[in-house]
Amino acid sequence: MSTATRVATATPVRQSDDGNFARETWIVFYRQLRIALRNPAWVIIGLVQPILYLSLFGPLLEPLAGAFGTDNAYTIFVPGLLVQLGIFGALFAGFGLVAEWRAGVIEAERVTPASRTALLLGRILRDVLQLLVQGIVLIALGYAFGLRASIGGMLFGLLLTLLLGASCAAGSNALALVTKSEDVMAPLINSIALPILLLSGILLPMTLAPQWLQTVSDFVPIKHIVDAIRAAFVGDFGEPILWGTIWSVVIFVVLMIVGTRTFRKENA
Amino acid sequence: MIHARGLARSFTTKKGREKIEVKAVDGVDIDVEDGEIVGFLGPNGAGKTTTLRMLTTLLTPTAGSATVAGYDVATQAEQVRRSIGYVSQSGSTLPEALAGEEVVDHGRLYGISKAQATKRGKELFDQLDLDGLWTRKPGAMSGGQRRRLDIAMGLVHDPKLIFLDEPTTGLDPQARANLWEHISALRTDRGATIFLTTHYLDEADALCDRILVIDHGLIVASDTPEALKQSVSGDLVELVLSDASGVTRAANALAALVTGSTADVDGLTVSMRVPHAGRELAGLLRALDRERIALDSIEVRRPTLDDVFLTVTGRSLREEAA
Repeated sequence: MSTATRVATATPVRQSDDGNFARETWIVFYRQLRIALRNPAWVIIGLVQPILYLSLFGPLLEPLAGAFGTDNAYTIFVPGLLVQLGIFGALFAGFGLVAEWRAGVIEAERVTPASRTALLLGRILRDVLQLLVQGIVLIALGYAFGLRASIGGMLFGLLLTLLLGASCAAGSNALALVTKSEDVMAPLINSIALPILLLSGILLPMTLAPQWLQTVSDFVPIKHIVDAIRAAFVGDFGEPILWGTIWSVVIFVVLMIVGTRTFRKENA
Repeated sequence: MIHARGLARSFTTKKGREKIEVKAVDGVDIDVEDGEIVGFLGPNGAGKTTTLRMLTTLLTPTAGSATVAGYDVATQAEQVRRSIGYVSQSGSTLPEALAGEEVVDHGRLYGISKAQATKRGKELFDQLDLDGLWTRKPGAMSGGQRRRLDIAMGLVHDPKLIFLDEPTTGLDPQARANLWEHISALRTDRGATIFLTTHYLDEADALCDRILVIDHGLIVASDTPEALKQSVSGDLVELVLSDASGVTRAANALAALVTGSTADVDGLTVSMRVPHAGRELAGLLRALDRERIALDSIEVRRPTLDDVFLTVTGRSLREEAA
């Protein structure tokens, strides 16, 4: 693959302004949302997921609060669940795109003058909106269960979660257009998501792990994002937050670029 | 409207460890003028869709150049996209969306306002016999309705040049004939230029002013359907005699119509291709009468596009399509 020529042709010839880009993104986003909202399964499963996690898993962790070095287990647990919702919900976003590709929708959109980034971003924003609603449900419910955390910290933690979810949705959409097959995507996503789930301390903090496991997990960027969200929840705006934020932004930028390129690519 | 020179596209595929370069389109020249309906005829895999996707900016050519509606496909992709409508063979709407909303959203991606796109969409639904289906899901439509919906999608921004990729594949005969009328109407009603691909001979014959025959990524013939059929050295004249005694004399009489030719004899059947057979028929009958040759039947068959295809490629399109 000749990167030079690819970049040359890929550099947009668009003269359109940001207003157009925002408009196109909105059109794609609103179409996606409308179709999703008409599907009751999408709405119900989306809302039930955080409730199930919290009510079935939360009580298990409560007695362990002391071992985590905190007096409120939910400041550990709710951030982990946020990240899990963000990663898993969004990683499967690409399945819808495979169906759209098969129906010819992607090709039809690519033949319009709309920005390729808008075609991707509009879709991602729907997943981000879903995640936002799920996150709010989760935090509100957590509060009912006994979560006590800084309001500003929770908002910041939610923001990092949304950024991570957007990244995963972008990556999943890119994967969908490359593989064009649910059968290939499903095992691939599972084999990416499982190590992340286990190594980033989403369910239990990595401080409980033996040293070698902690060292391995230090290389998993998501772990730093989870740490940052946990720190935000307890109102500790220190170094972990800085690293988590940097990682979130870097992952987002990289996956958005990858995603846009697949939308621009000719055999998409 | 369309001018392509040496347009080519090759793909690399892997066969085992070896990388093989496949030339899907091997340098084609295409010229389509304003208001023409041009058909791109060829068997499956001949390179029709690949060429179409290059002309519609969906695929970057590996060689050659093309201007479409006055813009270069490589450097002015966005302007090309604004000027053309494309109806792909894989459809364009999500089965679970609502038909009208899909058309409006599609129009809006071209920069048209919602009100304008809705107005255009409703007009198109009316023209394409889709009235009453605005809130129907494409998944609940018949094949013919879905194809017409695809055409409405491709026309919502009122393009002057329309690309149709295998518009009637998979439709029943009635729906096909109906769609042909709609396609012809695109030109008569709105002066559109149409470039369509097909592997159906009757479709190319019924719709097109001009036909480009493509085979193995190369254009092997280009002319009006009539001229192409004429190029098959005329109509087939077939005589069936009542008895064997006159076969040789009948063959001579038939061969005398075209200098330097010989007629085919198969049992009691004598046949040969004769240009403008209609003009020669009276003379032939008189000659046979003079020779007192009794006929069981005489038949004149106009050449079909299948004959054309057979002549230029050495293969029958019907076998390929089947």
